[in-house]
Amino acid sequence: MALDQSFVGRSYPPSAPYEVGREKIREFAEAVGDANPAYLDPEAAKAFGHPDVIAPPTFVFSITYKAAGVVIQDPQLGLDYSRVVHGDQKFAYRRPVRAGDRLTVTSTIEAIKSLAGNDILDIRGEVHDEAGEHVVTAWTKLVARAAEEA
Amino acid sequence: MTAKIAYDDVEVGTELPAETFPVTRATLVQYAGASGDFNPIHWNEKFAKEVGLPDVIAHGMFTMAEAIRVVTDWTGDPAAVVEYGVRFTKPVVVPNDDQGAVVEVSGKVAAKLDDGTVRVDLLATCGGQKVLGMSRAVVRLA
Repeated sequence: MALDQSFVGRSYPPSAPYEVGREKIREFAEAVGDANPAYLDPEAAKAFGHPDVIAPPTFVFSITYKAAGVVIQDPQLGLDYSRVVHGDQKFAYRRPVRAGDRLTVTSTIEAIKSLAGNDILDIRGEVHDEAGEHVVTAWTKLVARAAEEA
Repeated sequence: MTAKIAYDDVEVGTELPAETFPVTRATLVQYAGASGDFNPIHWNEKFAKEVGLPDVIAHGMFTMAEAIRVVTDWTGDPAAVVEYGVRFTKPVVVPNDDQGAVVEVSGKVAAKLDDGTVRVDLLATCGGQKVLGMSRAVVRLA
């Protein structure tokens, strides 16, 4: 069944703060095989002008996607999560995520479309730091594939 | 932000050094742990086949993370990336053998923008097939 268009524009309350740690950044950088010293060595990060190690560009997805759970699991919206695939992903950065950040995410439904029986859901996650400054925006397009006819 | 590449030194068509990224089952288990994405399609062959996939596939976000390395290795400072987006067009299938799969990524400057940034278009392929579409980054150069 097509998703309810009246959910377009709906924003959900901000997520609980996620504290970014140096070792979590290191773990992620190692998992993608990236030895860029800006991720691993605070002194190297400072030489680039950052106050501490920064996170790889896609690191923040783990935080925004978890936060998007309020949308994905909203029983009123009724998305069939078992049929969901990740269609598109985009980020726009005000500054890189860095160790010591305490980040909250506000998720908003930007668009709902129905195409050939597939439900397409666009979620925007606005990420702010503890001071309330914008850090990055993540756009996630999810596609719930059409259910097979019984 | 201190990119080691200068805006004035690049032109539309400037190619970034291409890179290849091997992906094995062990890589996917490690990425699952680091990212918190434990969807079994990324590590359980039986489950992947039951949902109609040819085999275990890589996390799309893993491929996205590798593709941008062509840009961040080029600029030195990863903070040079001000925008980055992709479309997940084809899965990277990762067989359970010593070889796994290899993702090949190239990039080139597609546009010079007015504010000291450039648009880089990335091409990511696996086994000759494009795995990311609309793969673009806006990058602030020195």
